[in-house]
Amino acid sequence: MNNSDRLVELLIEAFWETLHIVSVAGLWTLLGGLLLGTVLYVTSKTGPKPIAVVNAPLGLIVNIGRSAPFVLLMVAVVPLTRLITGTSIGTEAAIVPLTVASIPFFARLVEGALLEVQPGLIEAARSMGASTPGLVWRVVLPEATPGLIRGFTVTLVAVVSYSAMAGIVGGGGLGDLAYRYGYQRFETEYMIWPLVILVVLVQLFQILGDRCARTLDRR
Amino acid sequence: MDSSPSIRLSGVTKRFGDLVALDDVSLDVAPGEIFGILGRSGAGKSTLLRTANLLTRPDVGTVEVAGRDLTALRGRELREARSQTAMIFQHFNLLSNRNAESNVALPLRFRGTKRAERRERARSLLDLVGLADKAKAYPGQLSGGQRQRLAIARALASGPDVLLSDEATSALDTDTTDEILDLLARLNRDLGLTVLLITHELEVITRICHRAAVMESGRFVEIGNVPELLADPESRLGGQARRLAARLLGEEVSR
Repeated sequence: MNNSDRLVELLIEAFWETLHIVSVAGLWTLLGGLLLGTVLYVTSKTGPKPIAVVNAPLGLIVNIGRSAPFVLLMVAVVPLTRLITGTSIGTEAAIVPLTVASIPFFARLVEGALLEVQPGLIEAARSMGASTPGLVWRVVLPEATPGLIRGFTVTLVAVVSYSAMAGIVGGGGLGDLAYRYGYQRFETEYMIWPLVILVVLVQLFQILGDRCARTLDRR
Repeated sequence: MDSSPSIRLSGVTKRFGDLVALDDVSLDVAPGEIFGILGRSGAGKSTLLRTANLLTRPDVGTVEVAGRDLTALRGRELREARSQTAMIFQHFNLLSNRNAESNVALPLRFRGTKRAERRERARSLLDLVGLADKAKAYPGQLSGGQRQRLAIARALASGPDVLLSDEATSALDTDTTDEILDLLARLNRDLGLTVLLITHELEVITRICHRAAVMESGRFVEIGNVPELLADPESRLGGQARRLAARLLGEEVSR
């Protein structure tokens, strides 16, 4: 097997690993971030149902999650990772800290997107007899959908870049490949190609996200 | 039952901090009546309108709609009672990412009405307000007048007895204002819809209101039948109308 065959083989393997990490972490982030961001919005002082005892601690947790550098977070959540995956190294183990880091990030973007919904619309829904869940589900979330998609696109791009760091826990993927072969062994093409693929991947996410948001935005 | 007023506010007071937005206001609106409240911004008319469906809960006093005391209701009961008092707004407050049909059906979704019934009701209401051909259009594709007609169709979806109108024509040009006022008058006549409206435009009062009140600093300073008030040069409404007419005609008027 010659050198370039090996390169291609490793790239393909690493690409699927990256895609696996990003899609699983992305899915959990989507669900967790939407839920957390919506609760933050609903319970905030100006929200549809202000509940300070819920909002303040959640806000604090989100801020802590967002201020911790990912490298440290990865180490800090090792016990949680072990609990969920049974191990602290490998691809599956990399998904846990990645999800823990990106949920608070996305949650703030969700909160921001929901705050963009016109207060008049909320008043109108109330005048129709909407309950708070009805209001959030039928008015706030649908109106904020383009903003939510834009926020998720930004989050997904961040997940891709974080996933490269997950190589430290043996997470695999393109970043890991570039680091071990390209950086530590000075094999330049192993540095360049993963990078190129990552750039293309990020571009793809961005273009898709923008297109979805534009199609759904009727303002 | 018909003898009881459609809306009755009794001794309603509302404070926001030090500001007294409503100062012991009482009002009876008869069934089938169009009642207008004229006032400048900050006079309290917006707060008053919002007490009629309890979007604003008064500090003191009671609010009755069709003989039912809304101030005694909470939670689910209050939300259900709001199906009798629909509201329209200066800036329409339509869902921009939903088409016309789906906007009209929104109040029915909150009520859990079946899809087929929602659709049928939405279609017939769009037809009623002259937007039958715009069912699939988004609010962003409609003119201001069409948007307000859409908002009116949406307001009627829950089958209300009362329509609360919050400066519904203030964002519209003169011709479109006339078109919307004609529609409100028609709905009042044909459906027996009671209308309580607030406005800062005298023309809205003179054009469609049966009775009117003038509001200043959270109180009514005048209330009566519109034709009688207009005929009386000593009344605020009559005086304002004369000054407006004179200004339009470029005349001096003694007061």
